[in-house]
Amino acid sequence: MALDTGGAAAARQWIDLAAPTHPALIDAAHLTDELFGFVNVPNAVWIDETGMIVRPAHPAHIRRAPMLDVEVPEGEGRRNQTLREVKKLRITPDLFLTAVRDWAANGSASRYALTPDQVIARSRPRLPAHAEAAAAFELGQHLWRAGRADDAVGWFRRAHALHPDNWTYKRQAWSFATTEPGQPSDMAQGPTDLYEGNWLADVQRIGAENYYEPFEP
Amino acid sequence: MIVDRLDVDPQDFAARTGWTVKPQGACSGDVCVPLPPDVRTADGRLDVAVLSTRLGMPLVHDTDNALWSLGPATVTGRALTNAEAPELVLPDLDGNPFRLSTLQGQKVLLVAWASW
Repeated sequence: MALDTGGAAAARQWIDLAAPTHPALIDAAHLTDELFGFVNVPNAVWIDETGMIVRPAHPAHIRRAPMLDVEVPEGEGRRNQTLREVKKLRITPDLFLTAVRDWAANGSASRYALTPDQVIARSRPRLPAHAEAAAAFELGQHLWRAGRADDAVGWFRRAHALHPDNWTYKRQAWSFATTEPGQPSDMAQGPTDLYEGNWLADVQRIGAENYYEPFEP
Repeated sequence: MIVDRLDVDPQDFAARTGWTVKPQGACSGDVCVPLPPDVRTADGRLDVAVLSTRLGMPLVHDTDNALWSLGPATVTGRALTNAEAPELVLPDLDGNPFRLSTLQGQKVLLVAWASW
């Protein structure tokens, strides 16, 4: 599921490249941020055969990205600084894949499948500020998709201020400011005139090792 | 939930938020929050301001565009109020709507990714 206000236009090349045999959906309105508590990508929830969630939103890396092991050239330019932070990201694809495969094989008997009470208790906290951020972001994406970009920015900024740990709000908004339509996404998402934050500064502020929470069995 | 007036159809509210208004109040799974009688308008719609207060759903007003946005409920302090997967209908690449519930009977790993 592409969590992408850019919609099919943004997601198509990646879905075509993957050629999935499973449903490939587009959540342009970021409904699932609110419904499941996604705050970054990749994130996943597990739903059993009866329609019950058995694991709430969590990071869902399936492999170690090559960029984590790249050798950073000499120099303190922004690109190198960004690469250094990327290399500090903490992800656990082996653990995630072990857990998912165990669930696929064993279903409710899997130790990774949680009870309903556990699912609720381990779902992400939702403070009033987070909920207000969701309302603000929803206005932002609504206005953006309606062609009212200038009006959208103010609401994106407000969402960022209210829920600074929500990277879907930040990265989605930044992408519109740092990537030209139809061009490959600028993953570095550097400083802009529209937003206070940017990827490098915001990650350095929290510590790259905290960018994804750990997968807790 | 984006609205352009401060009352909402009960079915639309339930579909968008997962909260259904019943005689005992607004309910999501086993969690029910009592509602005052004035939650219902004269024509059977729901008063958004009352819902906002009782369910802890922030109500944000965009005066320039005459829109309100009702945020998710905060009564439980968690993103999930219950473990039932919500009914989710999203389009595929060709715009065809896909209903998540059609996958019942199978295990579903719903993975969010993005071009950004």
